[in-house]
Amino acid sequence: MNPFSSGTRLRDMIRAIRACKTAAEERGVVRKECAAIRAAINENDNDYRHRNLAKLMFIHMLGYPTHFGQMECLKLIASSEFPEKRIGYLGLMLLLDERQEVLMLVTNSLKQDLNHSNQYIVGLALCALGNICSAEMARDLAPEVERLLQFRDPNTRKKAALCAIRIIRKVPDLAENFINPAAALLKEKHHGVLITGVQLCTDLCKASVDALEYFRKKCTEGLVKTLKDVANSPYAPEYDIAGITDPFLHIRLLKLLRVLGQGDADASDLMNDILAQVATKTESNKNAGNAILYECVETIMSIEDNGGLRVLAINILGRFLSNRDNNIRYVALNMLMKAITVDAQAVQRHRATILECVKDSDASIRKRALELVYLLINESNVKPLTKELIDYLEVSDQEFKGDLTAKICSLIAKFSPEKIWYIDQMLKVLSEAGNFVKDEVWHALIVVISNASDLHGYTVRALYRALQTSVEQESLVRVAVWCIGEYGDMLIKNVGMLDIEDPITVTESDAVDIIELAIKRHTSDLTTKAMSLIALLKLSSRFPPCSERIQDIIVQNRGNLVLELQQRSIEFNSIIQKHQNIRSALVERMPVLDEATFIGRRAGSMPPTVSTSSGASLNLPNGVAKPSAAPLVDLLDLSLDDAPAPSSSGGDFLQDLLGVDLSPASNQSGTNQASKAGTDVLLDLLSIETPPVQSSLSPPDVLSSIQDNKSPVASLEELALPSSLSGQATTPVGASPMMDLLDGFVSNPPKPENNGSVYPSVVAFESGALRITFDFSKPPGNPQTTSIQATFTNLSPNVYTDFIFQAAVPKFLQLHLDPASSNTLPATGNGSITQNLRVTNSQHGKKSLVMRIRIAYKINNKDVLEEGQISNFPRGL
Amino acid sequence: MGIRFILMVNKQGQTRLAQYYEYLTLEERRALEGEIVRKCLARNEQQCSFVEHRNYKIVYRRYASLFFLVGVDNDENELAILEFIHLLVETMDCHFGNVCELDIMFHLEKAHFMLEEMVMNGCIVETSKTNILQPIQLMEKSS
Repeated sequence: MNPFSSGTRLRDMIRAIRACKTAAEERGVVRKECAAIRAAINENDNDYRHRNLAKLMFIHMLGYPTHFGQMECLKLIASSEFPEKRIGYLGLMLLLDERQEVLMLVTNSLKQDLNHSNQYIVGLALCALGNICSAEMARDLAPEVERLLQFRDPNTRKKAALCAIRIIRKVPDLAENFINPAAALLKEKHHGVLITGVQLCTDLCKASVDALEYFRKKCTEGLVKTLKDVANSPYAPEYDIAGITDPFLHIRLLKLLRVLGQGDADASDLMNDILAQVATKTESNKNAGNAILYECVETIMSIEDNGGLRVLAINILGRFLSNRDNNIRYVALNMLMKAITVDAQAVQRHRATILECVKDSDASIRKRALELVYLLINESNVKPLTKELIDYLEVSDQEFKGDLTAKICSLIAKFSPEKIWYIDQMLKVLSEAGNFVKDEVWHALIVVISNASDLHGYTVRALYRALQTSVEQESLVRVAVWCIGEYGDMLIKNVGMLDIEDPITVTESDAVDIIELAIKRHTSDLTTKAMSLIALLKLSSRFPPCSERIQDIIVQNRGNLVLELQQRSIEFNSIIQKHQNIRSALVERMPVLDEATFIGRRAGSMPPTVSTSSGASLNLPNGVAKPSAAPLVDLLDLSLDDAPAPSSSGGDFLQDLLGVDLSPASNQSGTNQASKAGTDVLLDLLSIETPPVQSSLSPPDVLSSIQDNKSPVASLEELALPSSLSGQATTPVGASPMMDLLDGFVSNPPKPENNGSVYPSVVAFESGALRITFDFSKPPGNPQTTSIQATFTNLSPNVYTDFIFQAAVPKFLQLHLDPASSNTLPATGNGSITQNLRVTNSQHGKKSLVMRIRIAYKINNKDVLEEGQISNFPRGL
Repeated sequence: MGIRFILMVNKQGQTRLAQYYEYLTLEERRALEGEIVRKCLARNEQQCSFVEHRNYKIVYRRYASLFFLVGVDNDENELAILEFIHLLVETMDCHFGNVCELDIMFHLEKAHFMLEEMVMNGCIVETSKTNILQPIQLMEKSS
């Protein structure tokens, strides 16, 4: 006896595995067995092959890889002994799947077995084929299967029918061949064949419209009769389940009738009687009966309208809904969702029960009920239903809260009859589950609040009260901080009291207290703290006596490690200290945010991350990457009237002032509505003629080179700019008034005049390996166009091949690039490439040129990429 | 279509029988089994037997120490699947006589044969116990 032969029997191996106490032990045992099996396979051992395969299947079930056993399956299938064939086929189905190429080798064995004289072997082959055949195998063996559909043995016929289902799914073209045989199967008496025949027909109808038509015309009556027979049949012990003969057959027949009756009035008529009979006569105290009723109701709902049947169906559902068994209730809720489209009134009657289900202890039922309630809500019942849902929000558990909150918020947004109700409900939701509320939701709330001008006082007082109790809900804090900042004076002076309110006295220092709390809490995140800072700035203007204290609080953040907060703190401090004259104008009350455009943009906008990367890339006229806070502080000192940086940074700074979320490069989804409003305010403030604000997505500039150049450039831009696209589009607009603003303050306006028509050459770009020089000239008669000759010099000892230069400009410039003189740049300045560019400046005189460039070349067939920005163009170009 | 997989899992979460009617890699299977079993084991008696997981439903029922889980498409009749599970258990009971978990473990291939007679390619083939058990009994007699 070969010492390596797998002497252990299957049960011994199972015992050994069961005896293992740890996973490592189990792995050891399995590894040993696998090694023994592999050795046996190598030996080509015939005796224990089927035992090994059985062991392999067990090991596979435990989750270990067993691909080395696949060829064994094939050998077993080819054997002539029935047990070996059996195990072989079982192994085939478990260890292999249709994607393996090994499967093709089996095709021949299968074909032989399909023609075998032993019907059980034929059955085996059909089974295997039906479970895992691939498309090619299906095509090869389809004729055999067709023939077997008419075999004398009903067991073979039924298996052939299921095999045909798989073939049709894999190769839909073959469906036509099976239509006739399938129709013949429907007249069978044997239940097994009947079930599979019905399934085959159902699949055929799904696969081919011709089949559907055929069955509808020819077979509907036959099917109805069959169903009648089955329903009325006497006791048949073989197929009886809980007093009903073969409920599975009932259900399959009902399903097929559904497919046939859908959309066709004649077929539906034929079915009405039998459906009514099944619906009324089936006993519903056992699960089997209920299963049939469920299917029946579904069929009634799907076929053409028949008033009486529909009423019957809804009644059944109503009964299900009040059943104590959870399964039945779940099923009823499922059906009701489909029934709503058919007959909403009837479902409304069960509203109370459904609402109870939302509070059920079973998670599946709760989920279904919530979706159903969402569909049920209309204008008339929105108030009581929302109240119920919000009450439930308080006691629901964490996993459910997220779903529930989202649904409640969208309900409120869709159906709110009046603003005050909207605000009330949203406040309640925020107090309960503010942490689950998404950003768009509280942004929308702010928009609504700002639009409800008569409710400002009420809102800010309600928020103040809410903050006393629920300060851990982040979104609530944010909304409250914004409102207190905006409408703080209303809070103090109790402006606009409504009758329903209780009086409340809030002093100025109370208001400042609460915002200080928001900043100091360790759980507040970046957005909240940033919003608090700007709220404090607003309050310092509205409550002059608290100005000192506010300044102290703001100053505490000067050294904050987060750039955003540090920047704001320093800037606002500067405003409070030195610029009281413009402070009140800066933080005046915001105008009403336009709801319509906001909703329209929200509905149609792409998610923020997408918009930044595609649209934001090059819209900035002054593409200066945002430096740290220092230059801005210098700017506002106004002691320097240095020309280069002011316009860009100034415009951005004012946007900051009015509460724009500057997102870090990681794309926080802060599509803050305020940003757009900010620049609007800026425009109003300065009342300067400006071009209309572009609120649509503007495509990035045309790059005048062959290849695309989006993302590396865009990522740098994101650092510089607010993520909101509209803010982007309006920055150029915002920038120019800013320049004028500065001009008003500074006595020597930095007029960038350059009257000479000769412009100096500049070194546009220089890195360790490359230098680019630009020579300028102006063609006569067209002051807006500049011709530039770019010269590229190689500063390294390597030769550059496949040299490609690309450039991109902001929207007010047009760039045209001529082909370069060559693609190869010799080393160390032994030669150079020249390329001509033509730039047209539509804002000639107001803005100077700026350009982003990208150079790609190869050193020794390795790609190199260099990028840069050229902002040292001479003025006046 | 129809049934996606059938699992028999004991209370400790060990899989006793697994039959998949759609293709999943080994890692996917283990992950799937882990997730589903955790969900089902955590539910108590009063809760309903249907769990929604990703894009399909799991219908399950506990018999003594073994959980029978059937994963089905969303449009399948859940109550019918419950009946099917019961039918499966009754068939095995008929064959093994008072079937228990150990029977299934040590006669895994027979359990598979029975399942194969009942379900093919995700569709229910045969619902009569005699018809299902006949080939298996024949095979046992001949061997």
